[in-house]
Amino acid sequence: MAVGQSNIRKDVIAKVTGKTRFTDDFTMPGMLHAKYVRSPIAHGLVKEIDCSAALAIAGVEAVFTYEDVPKTLFPTAGHPYALDPNYQDVADRLLLTDHVRFHGDEVAIVVARDHLSAEIGARAVVVEYEELPVCVTSEAALAKDAPAIHEGGNILKSTTFEKGGSLSDAEKSSDTIIEGTFSTPIVLHCHLENHTAYAYMDDNDHIVIVSSTQIPHICRRIVGQALDMPWSKVRVIKPYIGGGFGNKQDVVLEPMVAFLTSKLGGTPVKIELDREEGLVATRTRHSWSINARAGVTNDGVLNFMDLDVVSNTGAYASHGHSIPMAAGSKSCNLYPRSVTKFSATTHYANIPAAGAMRAYGSPQIFFGIEGLLEDAARAVGVDSVDFRIKNSVQPGDIISKTGNLEHSAAMIECLEKGREIIGWDVKKQQYAQQDGPIRRGLGVASFSYGSGTYPACVEIASCRLVLNQDGSVHMQIGATEIGQGSDTALAQMAAETLGVEYGAINVVSVQDTDVTPFDPGAYASRQTYISAPAVHESAEKLKAKILDHCREMTGDASEELDLINGVIIRLGNQHKVIELGELALDTYYNKDRGGQLSAEASTKTRTNAPSYGCTFVDLEVDIEMCAVTIKEIINVHDAGKIIHPLAAEGQVHGGMAMGIGMTLFEELLIDPESGWIYNGNLLDYKIPTAVDIPELSHAFVETFDPTSPYGNKSLGEPPTISQGPAIRNAILDATGVKINEMPMTPKVLFRYFNDAGLFDSPGKE
Amino acid sequence: MKSMNVKFSINAKSYEMDVDVRKSLMDVLRELGYTSVKQGCGVGECGACTVLVNGTPLDSCLYLAVWAANKEIRTVEGECKDGKLTAVQDAYVEEGAVQCGFCTPGLIMSSTAFLEKNTVEDLSSEEIRKAHAGNLCRCTGYQTIVNAVKTAAKK
Ligand code: FES
Ligand code: FES
Repeated sequence: MAVGQSNIRKDVIAKVTGKTRFTDDFTMPGMLHAKYVRSPIAHGLVKEIDCSAALAIAGVEAVFTYEDVPKTLFPTAGHPYALDPNYQDVADRLLLTDHVRFHGDEVAIVVARDHLSAEIGARAVVVEYEELPVCVTSEAALAKDAPAIHEGGNILKSTTFEKGGSLSDAEKSSDTIIEGTFSTPIVLHCHLENHTAYAYMDDNDHIVIVSSTQIPHICRRIVGQALDMPWSKVRVIKPYIGGGFGNKQDVVLEPMVAFLTSKLGGTPVKIELDREEGLVATRTRHSWSINARAGVTNDGVLNFMDLDVVSNTGAYASHGHSIPMAAGSKSCNLYPRSVTKFSATTHYANIPAAGAMRAYGSPQIFFGIEGLLEDAARAVGVDSVDFRIKNSVQPGDIISKTGNLEHSAAMIECLEKGREIIGWDVKKQQYAQQDGPIRRGLGVASFSYGSGTYPACVEIASCRLVLNQDGSVHMQIGATEIGQGSDTALAQMAAETLGVEYGAINVVSVQDTDVTPFDPGAYASRQTYISAPAVHESAEKLKAKILDHCREMTGDASEELDLINGVIIRLGNQHKVIELGELALDTYYNKDRGGQLSAEASTKTRTNAPSYGCTFVDLEVDIEMCAVTIKEIINVHDAGKIIHPLAAEGQVHGGMAMGIGMTLFEELLIDPESGWIYNGNLLDYKIPTAVDIPELSHAFVETFDPTSPYGNKSLGEPPTISQGPAIRNAILDATGVKINEMPMTPKVLFRYFNDAGLFDSPGKE
Repeated sequence: MKSMNVKFSINAKSYEMDVDVRKSLMDVLRELGYTSVKQGCGVGECGACTVLVNGTPLDSCLYLAVWAANKEIRTVEGECKDGKLTAVQDAYVEEGAVQCGFCTPGLIMSSTAFLEKNTVEDLSSEEIRKAHAGNLCRCTGYQTIVNAVKTAAKK
């Protein structure tokens, strides 16, 4: 049994010994280096550009400006291609532009023989700008007289839906209606490996790109679109990658390196973003404001939620409006017996482009939902956990947005488990009467998520298995390993179904679009769920071929056989017939029978199992210091069957730390007038270090979702959703103050505590 | 460009070479093939480039290569001998302290130096966290890293 075991990760020995090669660890003779010339202003038009000084620098080979690049606008979002033009991503990007839209936008690029000369060259390009009015905030960008950042205005898209009944009826039957406004910051991914890519040509019409990407096959298509080439003439290779968290679910450097090599006779050209460029000139998490209302009855039944979102996508659309749309549909899973009205507007602004980031809008929307519901529970005097249990999804519910039947939801069990682990009832009593400057508080918040993107996008996955001469099996998988452990989980599934030891599965981790079977990539917590049927089917096919070959060897065509732990046995008496290694040699080298045994499956998934869970937190608030210290924090998840407990734990911890960072520390600060970025580096943009993160706890409520052959549901992104509202609710529990914005830094807490009068009469609420 | 002739050892192997005085130790190590030394920022913020110089962990991106003259440098490539993982490497594997692995070589060097100086078995989480605060990891949330250091201390 491989599934459910914490087998040694496929890549871990290579990683601890320093043998894994990431994109920047490859080099080629004659490789050139390119550096962008970036705009020092947030909005303007290039009036003049002078590259002569740059070209005169020793080592500089070429400079390209916005005048030299194709005039075809292309999209960058890492979504599969949509056949329906209405569902295609917004194409609003050129390789270089003379209309700069954020501080750091790209007007030219310098190519040189080494990195340093390219950098010196980029500084020597003289650009003159005509400045345009700058819109940083939603108010500015949506104002009537706002300057158009893109042709067609600043509103990218607006949508609204109402599901699960009629809002006006639900309003009428509510005893109390609660309102709140919530806002979330611009957050950065901060994967440790910066974006890096290089490209070269190995034929007159064939470009090879090596890139740190989550989406090799999508890159191939978009580079084809951007350069107007047949898609098959682009080959994208993904080596090991140092994290992505959604920031590499966008096409960022690939079209440019492909363009440069095509202009330079196929010479290899590399772009390696430095950290400061990577923080502002790739993608960010959308900042949101949410106006929310909820209606409840006196006995704690949630009648409706009415959520109105404004999402700031920044200078370019990237994933744009898909983010609130995805979050909107996920917000219908959790409390399916209530009415959900969801409206959202996404707009452009002169700030770095926002894109996909871990959990794709859900940390934002659940900050609003779970903050608001806390207020609702308190308003009607129902315990926070009881309130959630009363309204949570259960198996048999119909999810209002999709009309799908919920099969396996263990949301209630997650809440019960978390309540028990943290000692909710006892602590609630202990913390009931506090009026000192240092107080404890308890908070809870739930979430729901999806497993993949269906029905918004196609969900396709592929797997190819090849039996080697030594009886091991090579596995090529369309799913993209980016550090989350998908190679390992999928190898476990293959081993389980095929009937070999986990160690007998060798995963080809490098993705190569000329070789690897098709899959759009790592996003939407989709891979273990969507790949499961492809792995299952290919493993069953290969097993059937192996057993057929065995029958050919034994000469008994009707024999009932099985493959167990790499040995073929007779079903009746369980006796060994042959070891797989011996059989494999026969398939390859017997002159009269066999051939290389392989099996392949490409499957489309038409289900999307919601996953669920919650965060419980026990924290201390030092009111005078405006400081929050987390004493205990627990995430409880229903992710279906847990394929690899240790890797699952890692996903949960990493997500929790990211969620804590967003809640307490992180925000990209931008001057509201000029669009100037204040803290685009890792010293001033504070991601948590080991001392900033408390001890993290987790628990799983294992279920088996029948829509996956292995029972699993999503787990990659969900762990990062619910820390914000849980911490907010615990601070409320401790102080009576609702902190409806993140990050809850001492500065922000001071403002709220001061407004609430907590400093007026110390010792009193 | 001005260069200087220096001698140093990397993972117990001696080198004598002319080094561009502007180059960081990280650049030189990577050019020599020690690509476990990662650049996450180049300016001393992330610790992905951590190596040991005479047993002390430091950000090799901030350390000029010429400063390493006559010193002993250790990178993660030299830790595993004859295919046998060190106690620290072993503990990182066992505790699931590795995800994308980009921070891992630097973290392992920090843990190694820490455990060479702190031989007590029951290290507190606070001590461990403090000693690793110079190494950013965005994947793990640090919990499994703390666990790994504790486990390694017992090996
Ligand atoms: S690369 Fe040296 S500290 Fe980041
Ligand atoms: S494992 Fe990815 S940054 Fe640490």
